[in-house]
Amino acid sequence: MIRDITLGQYYQTDSVIHRLDPRVKLMGTVLFIIALFLYKNPIGYILGILFLALVIKLSKVPFKFMVRGMKSILFLLLMTVIFNLFLTPGTEILRLWRIKITIEGLVLAVTMAVRLSMLIIGSSIMTLTTTPNNLTDGMEKLFGFLKIFRVPVHEVAMMMSIALRFIPILLEETDKIMKAQLARGADFESGNIIKKARAMVPLLVPLFISAFRRANDLAMAMEARCYRGGDGRTKMKPLKYKKRDYIAYIILFAFLAASVCLGRITMDIPGILMSNIGKAV
Amino acid sequence: MKAFDSSMIKTDNLTYEYIRRDEEGNVEGITTAVDGVSLDITPGEFIAILGHNGSGKSTLAKHINAILTPSEGTVWVDGKDTSDEANIWDIRQSAGMVFQNPDNQIIGQVVEEDVGFGPENLGVPTKEIWERVEESLKAVGMYAYRKASPNKLSGGQKQRISIAGVLAMHPKCIVLDEPTAMLDPNGRKDVIRAVRALNDVEKITIILITHYMEEIIHADRVFVMDEGHIAMEGTPRQIFSRVDTLKALRLDVPQVTELAYLLNKNGIPMPVGILTIDEFTEALCHTR
Repeated sequence: MIRDITLGQYYQTDSVIHRLDPRVKLMGTVLFIIALFLYKNPIGYILGILFLALVIKLSKVPFKFMVRGMKSILFLLLMTVIFNLFLTPGTEILRLWRIKITIEGLVLAVTMAVRLSMLIIGSSIMTLTTTPNNLTDGMEKLFGFLKIFRVPVHEVAMMMSIALRFIPILLEETDKIMKAQLARGADFESGNIIKKARAMVPLLVPLFISAFRRANDLAMAMEARCYRGGDGRTKMKPLKYKKRDYIAYIILFAFLAASVCLGRITMDIPGILMSNIGKAV
Repeated sequence: MKAFDSSMIKTDNLTYEYIRRDEEGNVEGITTAVDGVSLDITPGEFIAILGHNGSGKSTLAKHINAILTPSEGTVWVDGKDTSDEANIWDIRQSAGMVFQNPDNQIIGQVVEEDVGFGPENLGVPTKEIWERVEESLKAVGMYAYRKASPNKLSGGQKQRISIAGVLAMHPKCIVLDEPTAMLDPNGRKDVIRAVRALNDVEKITIILITHYMEEIIHADRVFVMDEGHIAMEGTPRQIFSRVDTLKALRLDVPQVTELAYLLNKNGIPMPVGILTIDEFTEALCHTR
């Protein structure tokens, strides 16, 4: 049933990573991404992959779940590889008519592909191991300091959690409207893309109207329950750092330090490769 | 003029006008939804407000929670004037409100989080929030579902969660605006049972707005509204003994009441204002 869909891509299981404070996971993801962009040599990437493998192992989430997340960016990945491979100037190693592949291009394409894949898998670990609710809580707390710059942090977090609450309700409503329209002879299936998109209009209009009505009702219900923004509000489930969260932070910063030390050593990879190729030839 | 200490809710000549405007913002017309209503509700009472659609009963309800403020006249909730901005949050805490559509008033993604929403807004300390959530959920018989997602509950269960959410704010009075209109008969029974228990056990003032006659027979007093006025007022028995007046107001009476009324009309003597099947059987046996 449509009611039972899982939101986001949360993978329900019990692991150390699941139990970590959402703020640690958010910070961890950000630090991991920073580390990825610091790397200048293969040692750095190997370090990153080892770290990633460790976290995946600890999270108890099957690896195929993470690869599934990769499908959506496969096209982007392919484009990046193709453009880098063919359009980077440098020492030519292969030439087919007017298309040439350079050694610099090859290195850059591989680097980019590895970096992007690690980026996606790294950030999907966060969404796979944290419930959307927890994630919004974490964001609200972590970005709380932005309040002094008049960023409505609490409001944004509240909007996100309300949106999450209403996704299944609106999906069900869409289903209902669709069936009502089908019963009166609407056709959502046949025709080309433009025709299909046009068939969606009679579906979207009532859906929008109903969403606005719901929003109006909800706002009234919230006000009736004394909601008046984030000030003076207490939390039923406040986020509190535990011992494992501090340990996780230490590990994270150790990883970042190692990344900076090892990953920043400059190596002329194309040059090394070229000289090796030269020797082999 | 000040409200008496003994009244929970008091309105004096309450009038509310909806102003319709066209696209340029010019006034197109004025609809008077509530017109000169004066009533006085004492603490611990179970009040039912009846009326067909557009009779102004929901508008009246929204005044008690200070969602609307009167165009004319005054409303006092627990001795506080609702048109004074400074009183709004106190009033909303002491007079909770449950709405018609259960889906549109549940904020949390987990039952217990939704019940905790009100106390969170009031700034109640974390430990006390948990205590309040537990006692409120137990009061409506939904404690077993505290970890469930509201999306997986039935309408009646969701409505009881909404009541628990209001209850956790420790109100003195709960206004229920057609809480059973979207429920099936079983869900309706559960909700009404929970509401009656709150009135009996916790002595919370209840104002139940409905158009189901069966739900008002337990009320202490009934107000019947029509076109913004209070057309009838009295105990359920007094109200239901005037079947003709109710029919003129386009309202139905419970089946047994109507049957007794018809029997009476056709020459079989029956006492007026019969409310339950048991009473009816009793009366019927005595006529023989």
